Amino acid sequence: MLAPEHVEQRLREQFPGVAFERQTGEAVRDHTLYLPAEHLVEVCTFLRDDPESAFAMLSWMGGVDYLPRVPRFECVYSLLSLKHVARFTLKVRVPEEQPRVPTVTGVWPTANWHEREAYDFYGITFTGHPDLTRILLPEDWVGWPLRKDSPLGYEEVAFTHNTPGRMKPSPALKKLAPKKVRYRAQ
Amino acid sequence: MTLNMGPQHPSTHGVLRVALELDGENVVACKPIIGYLHTGMEKQAEYKTYTQSIPQTDRMDYLSPMSNNLALCLAAEKLLGVTVPERVQAIRVLLTELTRISAHCVWLGTHAIDIGALTVFWYCFREREKVLSIYDMVCGARMTASYFRVGGLAMDIPDGFLERCDKFVNEMPGHIDEYESLLTKNPIWLARTKGVAPISAADAIAWGVTGPSLRGSGVHWDLRKAEPYSGYEHYDFDVPLGKDGDAYDRFQVRVAEMRQSTRIARQAIDSVRKLGARGEYRLRDFKYVLPPKEEVKTSMEALIHHFKIVAHGFFPPVGEAYQAIEAPKGELGFYFVSDGSARPWRMKVRSPSFVNLQALPVMVQGKLVADVIAAIGSIDIVLGEIDR
Repeated sequence: MLAPEHVEQRLREQFPGVAFERQTGEAVRDHTLYLPAEHLVEVCTFLRDDPESAFAMLSWMGGVDYLPRVPRFECVYSLLSLKHVARFTLKVRVPEEQPRVPTVTGVWPTANWHEREAYDFYGITFTGHPDLTRILLPEDWVGWPLRKDSPLGYEEVAFTHNTPGRMKPSPALKKLAPKKVRYRAQ
Repeated sequence: MTLNMGPQHPSTHGVLRVALELDGENVVACKPIIGYLHTGMEKQAEYKTYTQSIPQTDRMDYLSPMSNNLALCLAAEKLLGVTVPERVQAIRVLLTELTRISAHCVWLGTHAIDIGALTVFWYCFREREKVLSIYDMVCGARMTASYFRVGGLAMDIPDGFLERCDKFVNEMPGHIDEYESLLTKNPIWLARTKGVAPISAADAIAWGVTGPSLRGSGVHWDLRKAEPYSGYEHYDFDVPLGKDGDAYDRFQVRVAEMRQSTRIARQAIDSVRKLGARGEYRLRDFKYVLPPKEEVKTSMEALIHHFKIVAHGFFPPVGEAYQAIEAPKGELGFYFVSDGSARPWRMKVRSPSFVNLQALPVMVQGKLVADVIAAIGSIDIVLGEIDR
């Protein structure tokens, strides 16, 4: 077993110039380390290749929206070392104005779909990604559905009262209308 | 030539669309296109309490609802910092192992049908039916179980449940022999799966493949052994491994896993018996868990707790937690971010099918179109879980 504290210490020794920051909180159950986005790729490459940590697998990555916090978004990377049976979580803060993070598809190819999902849900751009397109939503979808300011579903149904352009039935519809039937009085 | 396989094609197991670039019968490029079954479960979870999300998870990997329930409950319990009683753990292990058997039954039946062996399907569905009726017995639903709760179970196991499981677990090894007699040495089966859609251990790890698909490539990685949850450290079982990482190895790993699951289920039944056929089925911490109905009728405090939990749900501390389990298809994990309210600020699902499917192009690059069918079957995907 590889203690996450050991990984953190090793990272601090290896990258003295990088401002790492341990996430603290009442119930942060996994050892989590913040780092600046520009160092993400080199740190990930080191963690993957360093035999003492050997995080050969990226378990998953995903975005989180912390509206109204500034910077607004975070990207979470959950690393997995099969060799040492350990997990380690890295986080990157992403500002709202320029939601850009360098891609880690070069380090772990599995990041491809996860990053596409984060782009799809939050509009976070991963620079250098080979195919950054929507993955779960239709490609013509407008907006970023998992952002906190995006409403839950609710697509307005077109009724006469909310669709001014359709107040008058079109002549084509008139043609289809049933003919008036005159009933004989009983 | 570009060929669209799916989204309405029986061999793509739902609504998967695979865009294939072909040169004759050879696959030049393969691109899985997903999202046809997207229902925004992660978004919906932000508007529901933790308990209300449990029925959602049944619909993710609808072949293994109990495993999905367990993953959500364990993640929420990790966030709360609570552990459930030993008896609950044993019941959960029993039911998730039965789930693994039934999920593998569906996988085997459909995988065999894809390749043209129609008979296996009827055998496999016969046993799956038995597991579904065990679900029915325990929670009243055959597929959408929603039986586990954060901090325990929805209700205690009914009378005669353990005997029913006993019977199933005793019969199952014989049935697995039946499946194997149909397939394992069948020359057509061997021709269609041996050496088909191989993936090396290094590739599998780089592409994040988990579960039987990873073990088929010979990587010893099973979360029940590596990061034991729900008391798996007390159970005696082996982790079957493959060698070449082809479709046949994945088949053998899953079939061997069914045998191991019956072993674990047998131990779990004994363990539940030892702890009492009736007994504790929930944590007695009524800040998080509904009090038993009998107490609600007699005790004022229990009534208040009942009311509070039904009306508001429970309030986890501010923080976050990720918990993964070894689901039938691989690592299934839930990541919760809590802002201290009764609803999760963020729920992220790490679903095994989503990640494993990504490795499909690696498996079929340069192979034949017919191999794509075998490859999709051998990864064992469920689109409900991929698209969520």
